[in-house]
Amino acid sequence: MLFMRLELKGITKRFGSFTANDAIDLVVEPGEIHCLLGENGAGKSTLMNVLFGLYSADGGEILVNGEPVHFATSGDAVRKGIGMVHQHFMLVPVFTVAENVMLGFEPTKSFNRIDYETASAKIRKFSEEFGLEVNPDAVVEDLPVGIQQRVEILKALSQEAELLILDEPTAVLTPQEIESLIKIMKGLAASGKSILFISHKLKEVRAVADKITVIRLGKVVGTGLPTDSEEELASKMVGRSVNLQVEKGPHNPGAPVLEVKDLVVRDERGVAVVNNISFTVNRGEVLAVAGVQGNGQSELVEAIAGLRGVESGSISINGIRVDNATPRECLDAGLAHIPEDRQRDGLVLSLSVADNLVLNTPRAPQFAGRGSRKLAAVKENADKLVKDFDIRTESVNAPVGSLSGGNQQKVIVARELSRNVDVLIAAQPTRGLDVGSIEYVHKQFIRERDNNKAVLLVSSELDEVFALADRIAVMFQGTITGIVSPQSTRESIGLLMAGITEQSND
Amino acid sequence: MTDAKPTLWQRYLSANPVTISFLAILLGFVVGALVIIFSSADVMHAWTQIFNSPGGIFHALKVSLDNVGAAYRAMFTGSVVDPTIFWHALTTGQGWNAALTPLSETLTYAAPLAIISIGVAISFETGLFNIGANGQAILGGIAGTAFGSMINLPMYIHLPLTLLCGVAAGAFFGLIPGVLKALTGAHEVIVTLMLNYVVAFFLLYSLLSTPLQLPGQANDLSRVILPSAQLPTFFSTATTLRVNWGILIAIAVVAFGWWFLNRSTMGFDFRVTGANPNAARASGINPKKVIIYVFLISGGLAGLAGVVQVDGTTHALDGGFLIGSAGIGFTAITVSLLGRNKPINVFWGAILFSALGVGGRIMQAETGIPLDLATIIQSAVVLFVATPVLVQEIFRLREGNLHTIQLNTKGWGT
Repeated sequence: MLFMRLELKGITKRFGSFTANDAIDLVVEPGEIHCLLGENGAGKSTLMNVLFGLYSADGGEILVNGEPVHFATSGDAVRKGIGMVHQHFMLVPVFTVAENVMLGFEPTKSFNRIDYETASAKIRKFSEEFGLEVNPDAVVEDLPVGIQQRVEILKALSQEAELLILDEPTAVLTPQEIESLIKIMKGLAASGKSILFISHKLKEVRAVADKITVIRLGKVVGTGLPTDSEEELASKMVGRSVNLQVEKGPHNPGAPVLEVKDLVVRDERGVAVVNNISFTVNRGEVLAVAGVQGNGQSELVEAIAGLRGVESGSISINGIRVDNATPRECLDAGLAHIPEDRQRDGLVLSLSVADNLVLNTPRAPQFAGRGSRKLAAVKENADKLVKDFDIRTESVNAPVGSLSGGNQQKVIVARELSRNVDVLIAAQPTRGLDVGSIEYVHKQFIRERDNNKAVLLVSSELDEVFALADRIAVMFQGTITGIVSPQSTRESIGLLMAGITEQSND
Repeated sequence: MTDAKPTLWQRYLSANPVTISFLAILLGFVVGALVIIFSSADVMHAWTQIFNSPGGIFHALKVSLDNVGAAYRAMFTGSVVDPTIFWHALTTGQGWNAALTPLSETLTYAAPLAIISIGVAISFETGLFNIGANGQAILGGIAGTAFGSMINLPMYIHLPLTLLCGVAAGAFFGLIPGVLKALTGAHEVIVTLMLNYVVAFFLLYSLLSTPLQLPGQANDLSRVILPSAQLPTFFSTATTLRVNWGILIAIAVVAFGWWFLNRSTMGFDFRVTGANPNAARASGINPKKVIIYVFLISGGLAGLAGVVQVDGTTHALDGGFLIGSAGIGFTAITVSLLGRNKPINVFWGAILFSALGVGGRIMQAETGIPLDLATIIQSAVVLFVATPVLVQEIFRLREGNLHTIQLNTKGWGT
């Protein structure tokens, strides 16, 4: 079997005046699991796209087994034995596993007929060889996400990949699925395959890596070993020391603020994506809704924020019914909403930071009178919030679209927390943020909780849920499979995320 | 990223909105010149003869430039000022009337164009396309003419009510597509476009039936607006200087438009909705309300433009009112694009386009080049404004803040 030793030497990639990759050196030995660790925007994906022939580098060279190669297209990379598993799967949902795997490389019989038997047999062979259990005849859209990912890996292996690139592979998986992915990766490495694993999640990186390369702002800033502590790795990644523990006082819940009873919400296709959910969020507590993405969390939040109609059941804030209310009525009832898709629902990118900071309160008496806006007051408010919330912007008049993702999120957090509200709903509030901003946003949420506000956090990041929650509600296919304490184990929550409750085990 | 701060001159030569607009206008005139050259028999003949005599090419160039020069000179002297007449008036004190007529005409026609363009700009800024401004203006003109010609009141009440009638009629006609879109999701472009036809035929109908038709007339002519409802002119009616209070109304509307879009709370709602309808909804803005108000305001301003047009110039309607080669409502779309929906820019755009139209008529009379050349120049200018990258490449401008001059050409809602 031909093992692969991959070497990147001085890879540089620029976009205009912006240098996304600056002279990056990286060596992956055969049979090694090499982690590329870095924050969002550090240049990890750019580097992988250069390696996979999707971008051409402005400088540096790629060596495969000591021999320089040049990839003009991803096909060149595949032929040299490099396989990539994208973050968003590139599968045809209505095709079977076998059809997907052989797509583009179909084995044929006489008269160009596709040889399904050979394809299935090949897949079985690979499945057994690498411990990837997949039924070749199953239709992909019926498979859970974790299995779909295996299909992607199988596809790469069937194209004789010796080096696999896994781009943020755990983002869509339950803890159990992550466990089995790690097992698969270790098995592949043991059989001599090299793996480049891209992630910003410290836990997984430490669990799986043989070697760690940390990049920040397009440069290699250091290497690490899985034995390094999370704090050490995080501070290399961010460039300063970070505190991963969120400090908070004891759980001391007060009166109920947000009450959801027997809620049913349907999506555009008429499917009940929120199916008979009930829960209460009290003053002074964080209720976290955990679950794999796409199990109805988004629709639940939209229903509470007045952005989606309710089929049946009730939602009330401070005893005021707000099911099927307008977003304005929900805001006035005392709701602050940090939306899941901040650029779509939370900000107007072309408007200034100052305008975005009053986006949902332009008519508040301090900001307007007699139909005219008080721009001086709007600017004053912006100056204060930019300072208080440490929003990095060249000016409060700069369009909010010119800010980094983390600072855009801080604009929303600043706006929502500066209003005097009773309940804060935050959906995936730290997605795509750097460690520093995550730390900051988390502290703000805890401050709200300690100020006797009710916080409903929806997150698919278990670390975040454990760090902040006083109680954890787990959602699966539109229902709550359990409300548990944050002292529960990851395994027990993982089972709930997969829809396995104690009753169904009986 | 340690570039030195650009000098003032370098800033002028970078791709900023002001430079792009001026260069787009320049390019528009270049396109116009090419059309003159290629459509003139004299010029083309001269070019076929360039090998027949030594220096033939210079003769051909001279003929070309002479033709273009004559056309643009006529356009300028017809819409701004004729230097000889002006100098004559200045030195002798005689002939001021003739010296000021071009400017007076330009301002007279610019007034309704500026008003209607502000209305269109407000709708564009909200991401809604009011293509029906022309129809709303015609209805405003009809309502204003009816009230101004058939009711007898003292001027201080008759004139404002006449104008108000125009506003109300335009707003009402804007309300139809607004309500249809808000309640049923009917696409505003289709509805407003079709309503233009409805009102165009309503105009002909009303000009040929009893109350509005000029008594004793068989042609499509309306009654004449009474002096008590006419917009006063600045100069005596013995002169040919028709410039009137309409231009003051236009300036007031521009000021209103500036305040509305930049300072008012409702204008803020409009801009938020236009830039990101999803965020607008999440921030508690009611999109249905925004749609209806946009069409009320945009339609009202179109109606005002219609009544200012008839009340400031002809004082009566005929079958060709506001229809012409390109109705005022359609010119307003190009003016808003040229001004990128910024009221002050829109005002200068309206003056420029009005001058092109007024000067074009003089050019047609003096050189025989059809008035349509003015429309060609207008269209070319807007095309260049809409493609700033092209202008930047033609003039090899430095990279500038091009992203700020993207035109808002996407709609929203269903």
